[in-house]
Amino acid sequence: MRKTVTGILAGIGFTLACGTSAFAQELTIFWAEWDPANYLQELVNEYEAETGVKVTVETTPWSDFQTKAFTEFNAKGSAYDMVVGDSQWIGAASEGGHYVDLTEFFNKHKLTEVMAPATVKYYAEYPANSGKYWSVPAEGDAVGWSYRKDWFEDPKEMEAFKAKYGYDLGVPKDWKQLRDIAEFFHRPDEKRYGVAIYTDNSYDALVMGVENAIFSFGGELGDYATYKVDGVVNSEQNIKALEAYKELYGFTPPGWAKSFFIEDNQAITENLAAMSMNYFAFFPALINEASNPNAKGTGFFANPPGPNGDQYAALGGQGISIVSYSQNQEEAFKFLEWFIKDETQKKWAELGGYTAHAKTLESEEFRKATPYNEAFYQTMFKVKDFWATPEYAELLIAMNQRLYPFITGDQGTAKEALDALAADWNATFKKYGRMQ
Amino acid sequence: MATAVMTTLDPKSRAASRGLSDISIRNLFIIPTIVFLIVFNIFPLLYSLGYSFTDFRASTNAPANFVGLANYRALLNDPFIWSNFAITAKYVIVSVAGQVLVGFGVAMLLNRAIPFKGLITTLLLLPMMLSMAVVGLFWKLLYNPSWGVINYVLGLGNFEWLSNPDMALYAIAITDIWMWSPFVMLLSLAGLSAVPKHLYEAAAIDRAGPFYTFFRITLPLVAPILMIAIIFRTMEAFKTFDLAYILSSQPTTEVISIRLYKMAFQEWQTGMSCALAYIVLIMVLAITNIYVKYLNKVKER
Repeated sequence: MRKTVTGILAGIGFTLACGTSAFAQELTIFWAEWDPANYLQELVNEYEAETGVKVTVETTPWSDFQTKAFTEFNAKGSAYDMVVGDSQWIGAASEGGHYVDLTEFFNKHKLTEVMAPATVKYYAEYPANSGKYWSVPAEGDAVGWSYRKDWFEDPKEMEAFKAKYGYDLGVPKDWKQLRDIAEFFHRPDEKRYGVAIYTDNSYDALVMGVENAIFSFGGELGDYATYKVDGVVNSEQNIKALEAYKELYGFTPPGWAKSFFIEDNQAITENLAAMSMNYFAFFPALINEASNPNAKGTGFFANPPGPNGDQYAALGGQGISIVSYSQNQEEAFKFLEWFIKDETQKKWAELGGYTAHAKTLESEEFRKATPYNEAFYQTMFKVKDFWATPEYAELLIAMNQRLYPFITGDQGTAKEALDALAADWNATFKKYGRMQ
Repeated sequence: MATAVMTTLDPKSRAASRGLSDISIRNLFIIPTIVFLIVFNIFPLLYSLGYSFTDFRASTNAPANFVGLANYRALLNDPFIWSNFAITAKYVIVSVAGQVLVGFGVAMLLNRAIPFKGLITTLLLLPMMLSMAVVGLFWKLLYNPSWGVINYVLGLGNFEWLSNPDMALYAIAITDIWMWSPFVMLLSLAGLSAVPKHLYEAAAIDRAGPFYTFFRITLPLVAPILMIAIIFRTMEAFKTFDLAYILSSQPTTEVISIRLYKMAFQEWQTGMSCALAYIVLIMVLAITNIYVKYLNKVKER
């Protein structure tokens, strides 16, 4: 009897010993469920081939990405060693102690120079201008536009457009032209509509759509260093920008009140709209004839400038961070060292990932690789982002609550909506003692 | 009394021969359930009550500070929360009333000798057996203004069911009615088939009209069981989340549980959301109590 017990115990001990040693050779990266995550899995398979360390990219749908990641963080769980977290999370995740401080790693590898400046500023640094870094820019992303080149280049359309608006039909040079073209192609009786924009208010879609207008009209959401929002978020430019966005909503296909990246790509593939706003990350599907029957007739352009020539776009994209509760932090650091190598970043771009690596971005090879890479390259140096404070989700929900009824439901005026928003945000900042 | 209800253990059974008394067998079955209830229901309930008086945020490491009734005060002063409650109330009334009308109506139709009655009843129960999320996704397609089958069949053109802020809540209620009327139908059918036939015969002899028979015989006798269906459906409709979340993101369809979800798991205002959950709990308890009182009154008759 005693022999059996000893045998079983030894067996268990042996299994555990093997288990833990095998464990150290594995890393798990958590990300949202989309194409770039598949590209990342392909990339990290090469890491396994080189080092023998198995890296798994685990994914979950976008709608519960934030909830799932923070539930794991809050429970101090070690399920994920690294997370490719959204840019807005960085305040909450760094103040909450969920991310490992990467400042030393950043300085050692001079990442502020290696990566595109905007990506360092918005994906990695928190608080603003503090010189403290929490993540390595991994997937650069911003909003751009796709359009139906075949419709735009139709001689009959070009003639009719010129007769109506007095200038040539082409890629819009500013928001005014964007509006004119949307109006021109908006023909509900032909089941053709002007434009597809973001309107989903369940996370950040609508807000990012509006940001494209606000930033290009020369507006800001607030002073991110001093938390001043009065007169900033409800400025004259922002009121005009919001009105412009609402006007575009009038040229969208029917039932366009809960649309995000899927619907906006469908607008192009299903012949619904002449132009469509979307993240660059979703453009690969549009040049693929298997997923877009109109692939040959689809073109791309960067978010156009506003009335005063300011040109910005809303930032998307994520940096890769090490989770504080991971038991494989040392391995994770080794992985990041591999990830930032020039060759790895080049390979990452080739696979379809949007690198934030400045040298790769600037290379001719990258810029010519796809019809949208040039627009992406230009945009990545002109991006702005939402608040990254730990209470960003409350700010986001307040913005959805105030803007959505105005844009889709025709309630109130742009000024009323933005004034109310400024009051909401002030109250939130007061609650968390952010105002000096 | 309790011992009279309990049957004593058969002295020849294997359990008895192992020296187990009926008391210890009872404990063996009941204690795990009670422990489970305490650990997973009662404890979190009390714990969250504690949190509702603090400014705790699960997403940070900052300690929770006691803030007294501040959360409750803030919530009850928030016009958005009140509008969420108003939306929920509207939804509950429309959807439960619809379910009772449709469910009871279908039960009346089925409560007679018709061929394939069993098969028809079973088929009618199908919607109820689907997952809420699947139903939501299906109806989203059915309602689609560009290619949805509903507009096509009804000839409504591009009518926007879900994008129209005034229509969206009704569209969700219609889906809920489609899904849960069978539940009301099933319970009503049980009630209807239990009504003694001789009452109808007596009414027929007395030349009572169909309306009189319905309101004086059928309805009062089915009322208790119908009440139970209404209680269940009201509680469920009050807590509804999946359908509204999947079908629409209109502010006019933001029922209280969606707001609660956003507050708890997007904003991570844990303390505040505990307080809101308690307000909701108290409301559901109050409404259920009214129903139960009424149910008891109906039963006494």
